[in-house]
Amino acid sequence: MSVDQTITAVEAQAPPRHRVRLPLAGMIGAAIVAFWVVVAIIGPYIAPHDVGALVDDGFGPLRWGQPLGSDYLGRDVLSRILVGARYSIGVAAAATFLAILMGGTLGMLAAVSRGLVDMMLSRFFDGLISIPSKMSALIVVAALGSSIPVLIVTIAVIFTPGAFRIWRALAVNVNALDFVEVARARGEGTGYLIREEILPNIAGPVLTDFGLRFVFAVLLLSSLSFLGLGVQPPNADWGSLVRENMNGLAEAAAAVIVPALAIAILTIGVNLLIDNLPGRGSSAGEH
Amino acid sequence: MAPLVKVEGLRVTARDERGRNSVIVKDVSFEVQPGEVVALIGESGSGKTTIALSLMGYARSGARIAGGSITFDGRNVLGMRQRELSSLRGRDIAYVPQSAAASFNPARPLLKQVIESSQLHRVMSQAEAEAKAVSLFHELVLPNPERVGERFPHQVSGGQLQRLLAAMALVTDPKLVIFDEPTTALDVTTQIEVLRVFKKAIKERVTTAVYVSHDLAVVAQLADRIIVLRDGAIREVDTTARILTEPKNEYTKSLLAAAEPLERTATINALQATSAPPVLEVKSVLAGYGAVDREGIPALPVLRDVSLTIKSGTTLGVIGESGCGKSTLARVIAGLLPAARGEIMLNGVKLPLSAAERTRDQLRRVQIVFQTADTALNPARPIGRILGRPLEFYHGISGDKQRRRVAELLDMVRLPAIMADRYPNELSGGQKQRVNLARALAAEPSLMLCDEVTSALDTVVVAAILDLLAELQRELGVAYLFISHDLSTVKAVCDEVMILYAGQMMEHGSRSALRQRPLHPYSNLLISSVPELRQGWLDGINETVLKEASAGVARPARGETCSFFERCSVRIPGCCDVEPTPFRQLSKGARIRCQRTEEELMQPTVR
Ligand SMILES: Nc1ncnc2c1ncn2[C@@H]1O[C@H](COP(=O)(O)OP(=O)(O)O)[C@@H](O)[C@H]1O
Ligand code: SF4
Ligand SMILES: [Mg+2]
Repeated sequence: MSVDQTITAVEAQAPPRHRVRLPLAGMIGAAIVAFWVVVAIIGPYIAPHDVGALVDDGFGPLRWGQPLGSDYLGRDVLSRILVGARYSIGVAAAATFLAILMGGTLGMLAAVSRGLVDMMLSRFFDGLISIPSKMSALIVVAALGSSIPVLIVTIAVIFTPGAFRIWRALAVNVNALDFVEVARARGEGTGYLIREEILPNIAGPVLTDFGLRFVFAVLLLSSLSFLGLGVQPPNADWGSLVRENMNGLAEAAAAVIVPALAIAILTIGVNLLIDNLPGRGSSAGEH
Repeated sequence: MAPLVKVEGLRVTARDERGRNSVIVKDVSFEVQPGEVVALIGESGSGKTTIALSLMGYARSGARIAGGSITFDGRNVLGMRQRELSSLRGRDIAYVPQSAAASFNPARPLLKQVIESSQLHRVMSQAEAEAKAVSLFHELVLPNPERVGERFPHQVSGGQLQRLLAAMALVTDPKLVIFDEPTTALDVTTQIEVLRVFKKAIKERVTTAVYVSHDLAVVAQLADRIIVLRDGAIREVDTTARILTEPKNEYTKSLLAAAEPLERTATINALQATSAPPVLEVKSVLAGYGAVDREGIPALPVLRDVSLTIKSGTTLGVIGESGCGKSTLARVIAGLLPAARGEIMLNGVKLPLSAAERTRDQLRRVQIVFQTADTALNPARPIGRILGRPLEFYHGISGDKQRRRVAELLDMVRLPAIMADRYPNELSGGQKQRVNLARALAAEPSLMLCDEVTSALDTVVVAAILDLLAELQRELGVAYLFISHDLSTVKAVCDEVMILYAGQMMEHGSRSALRQRPLHPYSNLLISSVPELRQGWLDGINETVLKEASAGVARPARGETCSFFERCSVRIPGCCDVEPTPFRQLSKGARIRCQRTEEELMQPTVR
């Protein structure tokens, strides 16, 4: 009896766990991201005009029918932004997701397998990373012709080695911790180790990585579009909207500034959200 | 005489991550007279370091000195401006922290760093300071005192680094020196020499010192007065002699009791006497790290020719200094680090050396429990799931049945069933270690490899965990390989003890054989280095023991020769360092590895 009392007295109960609510900044980020996702889905249906329709002279002023004016050919800027959301967000998100699916999985596999597997995978991706990626992307897209699937896969391949490196580095740190050793001594397979022991403990930094990579994908897509290899006219992603109207900055500023703002707001929203997600504090890296 | 330090009603508050304030030091008052050594003793979290730091007007980030007054040498410390404080810290009060390695810049020579604060505060010229430092190196018995200052931190041993840190503190002739657990990170055989030179330095220069420690036996050697702290409040203040012999406070009594763990009764003799094959038999294992050569020998061999047996339901203790290969041994047995040579037999059946090749049932029967409870539990999973997995994996138990069994396991390690929903970071260190044990028990193993399971815990919690281990063994008949660097813990729970030095087994025998002579020379050094809980122990230490202890670091010998050679006081040059070391069966029942015969080791001259 007295022994039990000592135990409870000495090992003071740790405070009960608090379910952390999303802080205000995170809520704002979530709202922004949700807003753009909705726009990406319903954009074409609420756009007042067809994306290709000429509704005014080039760089027309703001008016009721065209609240953001018209672009260099006289097409409605608002409609083009609403429809463009689908390309900017959709292609970038799909490509990032694919890159992380490939690079992240292989990165964790390399970390958990160690030895020969790790060495071969690392060398392979080191090789890939040394190829000038934008250049080869241009060649691939030019050769295969630009279509949405080709764009997604190309951008994904460009981002895979980077994802591999980061995920592997994070996983190697967790892999060295005792609880992974315990699971390994228990006889658990590689799949279990990755899924249950590694992944949940690198989720925080890995989400940050997703956000960053997503933003880069949006920008890469714009530069491809600028070279005419991205989203094909009359459709356009936000990046190409900025570039194609650059000359009209003086006459019709909205046609340049609003798509740029859209990119900026989306970027900020994504980062606000991922930086404030709950559970980031539980990552094993902090112990 | 006016006290040098006078603390009155000190209150320190801290803000945790959730922004709540808590009081970590409550209304603490005490005085330190000039020339006196006062010890602050308590477990981790009792506020001892916080109080020590506040003497310099310093509070760690997140903490704040919220009330009270501190007078140092007639000046009010808490009212000082930043400039006054920094001069106070540099020249009048010196601080010797626990981790010497973390306190030195690895890229600068040691002498420059030792005299840095004297130059910063312009106490003396550089030449004076250097001469002073060298004389301190002499005083602190550093090897090659004239030249040691040219070396870099990684080129000296841990014990030497700690002495250099003391030299750094003493160079400005401070009025007060604060020692914060200066020997806690050291091995016992290293600690003893460091303690001795610290004591000599303090006594000779009549320095006033505040000595912070959790170890009563260490404090008993140095302090004139002891302040016992718990939860940020003073429990008892008295002279060292009175605290040790007639403590008044209940908590002080429990600390004294925990410092000398009572020996749990040895396992039932009936179990030991059975003729069944031992649960584990390790034969001449060689293992290490790094690339393997053509013969399969790793570049960095750690274990060399280690053999042991554990009888079913009993405990074998493995003891040795840090880095001697104890954890490596556990990893080899668990198959995490396949041995390069040797055999491992479980219940008389040969085990594959790599875990990947063992059957699920073989894996189930050997479970490993790690030292750092913090990293041994997956922080992203609730306790229920952590305990549920081995049940499912080994026994196919799932669903409701699994939940019931998890509750049973928690009960077995004396934790409430609601713990199943908690996450690891919500548990205290002792609770985590219990969960750790419960996870191993879930497999229903016949052998548990416990790697320093109590080393990160406070003494009173250690006692509770040791009781639990003994109880589980009685009820479940599980055998333990109990690894520790602490002799008293090993003696408290183990039936047999194996002493490891630089990857070689030096002595293997029953617990009681450790009390009988002759001992292996290293066992002798190890046993006589453990501080005893009485005043004057340090002063009464045999000189030869000290000479051995200070001789330096373990260097794995090449091949089959004795790795203890450099530190051994009875070595036979030309024999011990060339010939392979033989095993000897002593009449007390133990086996040792030594060139000296039993008769020779018995002789007082050899001793
Ligand atoms: N993964 C590793 N790679 C290389 N060397 C290691 C590794 N782990 C441990 N060592 C070395 O092996 C030796 C024994 O280590 P260890 O078994 O952890 O000792 P102990 O548990 O007795 O403190 C040490 O010198 C250590 O530096
Ligand atoms: S073998 Fe020689 S050096 Fe080693 S412990 Fe025995 S006497 Fe000392
Ligand atoms: Mg260890």
